[in-house]
Amino acid sequence: MADKTNAKGLKRNIKGSSGSAKLDTSELIFKIVAYFFVSIFALMCLYPLVYALSASISAGADVLAGKVLLFPIGFQLDAFASVINNKLFWISYSNTFFVTLYGTVYCMGLSILGGYALSKKRLVGHSLFNFLLIFTMWFSAGVIPMHLNYQATRSILTSIGIVDQKWLIVLAMGMSAYNVILLRNAFESVPKEIEEAATVDGANDFQIMSKIYVPMSKATVATVGLFYGISRWNGYFWAMKEVDNAYDLPLQVIIQTQISDMQEQMAENGASLINGTYAAQSLIYAMIIFAIVPILIIYPFIQKYFAAGVNLGGVKE
Amino acid sequence: MAVAKSLPKATEEEIQSMERGYWRQKFHDMLTDWRLYVMFFPLFFFLVAWKYFPIASMIVSFKDLQIDSSFGGGAFTSDFIGFDSFLYLFGRTEFWTAFRNTFALSFYGLLFGFPFPIILALFFSEIRNKWYRAVVQVFTYLPKFISLVVMTTMVGMLLQPSTQYSEAGALAFIFESMGSGDILHNPAAFRSIFTVSGIWSDAGYGSIVYFAAILGISPTNYEAARIDGANKMQQVRYVTFPGMAPTLIIMLILKMGQLLTIGYEKVFLLQGFTQDYTTSQTVSTYVINVIMKQANMNQGVGAAADMFNSLLSMLLVLGSNKIARKVSTTSLF
Repeated sequence: MADKTNAKGLKRNIKGSSGSAKLDTSELIFKIVAYFFVSIFALMCLYPLVYALSASISAGADVLAGKVLLFPIGFQLDAFASVINNKLFWISYSNTFFVTLYGTVYCMGLSILGGYALSKKRLVGHSLFNFLLIFTMWFSAGVIPMHLNYQATRSILTSIGIVDQKWLIVLAMGMSAYNVILLRNAFESVPKEIEEAATVDGANDFQIMSKIYVPMSKATVATVGLFYGISRWNGYFWAMKEVDNAYDLPLQVIIQTQISDMQEQMAENGASLINGTYAAQSLIYAMIIFAIVPILIIYPFIQKYFAAGVNLGGVKE
Repeated sequence: MAVAKSLPKATEEEIQSMERGYWRQKFHDMLTDWRLYVMFFPLFFFLVAWKYFPIASMIVSFKDLQIDSSFGGGAFTSDFIGFDSFLYLFGRTEFWTAFRNTFALSFYGLLFGFPFPIILALFFSEIRNKWYRAVVQVFTYLPKFISLVVMTTMVGMLLQPSTQYSEAGALAFIFESMGSGDILHNPAAFRSIFTVSGIWSDAGYGSIVYFAAILGISPTNYEAARIDGANKMQQVRYVTFPGMAPTLIIMLILKMGQLLTIGYEKVFLLQGFTQDYTTSQTVSTYVINVIMKQANMNQGVGAAADMFNSLLSMLLVLGSNKIARKVSTTSLF
């Protein structure tokens, strides 16, 4: 009894000295600087997105005159209408969805299955395979060997009748070592007893993985899925380099092509910079909004997993 | 009777299985675990086909590539020419400029890009209002998920200098009013543009690991430091940094390893706006912009440049890991 009151008193003392005690001057200054700096940086992170939205719905003359800084001036929706009426845009947009959907499913399949196998010591060659995986993070074949690989794969795909070059992009981006390691570490941290109990009950590896390991590592699985999804959605370079059929190009490549067209026009004459009521820039900003919105939609659902999923917990091998 | 007969038989089998030896036993285990190998196979196949096969085909840097229909597109059947591709490459001044640029861009990225997320995490941990902190963090993570095409477009458009037809972009307007002229097409400004835009997109997301490390430090340590009369800077110096040291070291090694491989995609896209290659051409973009555009592309020289880059960056990882192991107990492998 006496001990308890003592402990309580002590607790109150500690609380008194930390919580409600006055901050030291240096601590106060630090806190003010922290609030100020963090707020400014957060606004800076948002600004380009707000600007893109404002510029896409502002009147052409005002955009060109540099009047649009934060809020839209002289409202128009013609730039959006023009994007929506553009058939090539919808084709590329659906290509992006295609690559993202199939790419993410393919990557997650490879990574979850592979990560599960690599987390098991009874996999013969377990440490060699882990090393082979990690080595790809340190040493990568450059652009030219990858280009040769794409060409070889494309001829194989064509010879078996797959001419849709979106599949080439999907197949080429199978996994990233970092994500597999995140999954492997999460699977390793699942208690062994659970697996043993399941084995006694007659469950096999497939069942153990899908019924126990994946649900228990939900945060990591969600985070890795997000990483894959976003990088497929945002993928640009190899699609630009290897896809030569214009109807298989994803949105990012189309946006980039539009920009370089505009740059050329800008250098030649100014007349084409304005298109009816909207500026040529607004058209690009409207496309950018289309490219960003799906990310913004899934983002709130998944951002809570970041802190849980992204522990580097040792890439140690 | 039957029992007596079966007993010696069982022991015989056991003896046999012991005689089968280690590898046969392993093989037996593999057969019972066949599901595990089925699960591993897709990843293994991908590693071989898309990671190790391209690495193996880097051998074209020692060969005079004659493209044919054989396995590897001629990479393995062509004739060896020794180090000719490397000698050709090392004789080009463009290559050395590109190499210097790669190094400079990565070095600035590390010098400014590495501390920034740490400071940000430190500031995040100062914000005690949970709601405000969550909002601010979500905002700062966001740029990481925006594509490089969109990001470089925003950079290019915001820095667009004024022309006779259009006014300057919002940022260029500020710079022009300060009298710095056109910074988008200014070769001297490219490194700053690259570094600052990199911080913009990566710092918030990069702060997550450090923030987690700071949260892991016990509050009693700060308490003790305060009782000893430490001011905030001293608390940071003697409590926060030692507490997050393992994370700092691992992240530094990771970043060192990426030193020479960083973002050819971003450089390539920014070059579309800057239209200047003197300070922006890196080894990878040199391969993309110069070698791959040649009429009869010399894959050997390109692969040689890639190999040079990859080897150097691997040495950097191994080197920094060795240093980390020496100065502390934390290392990556």
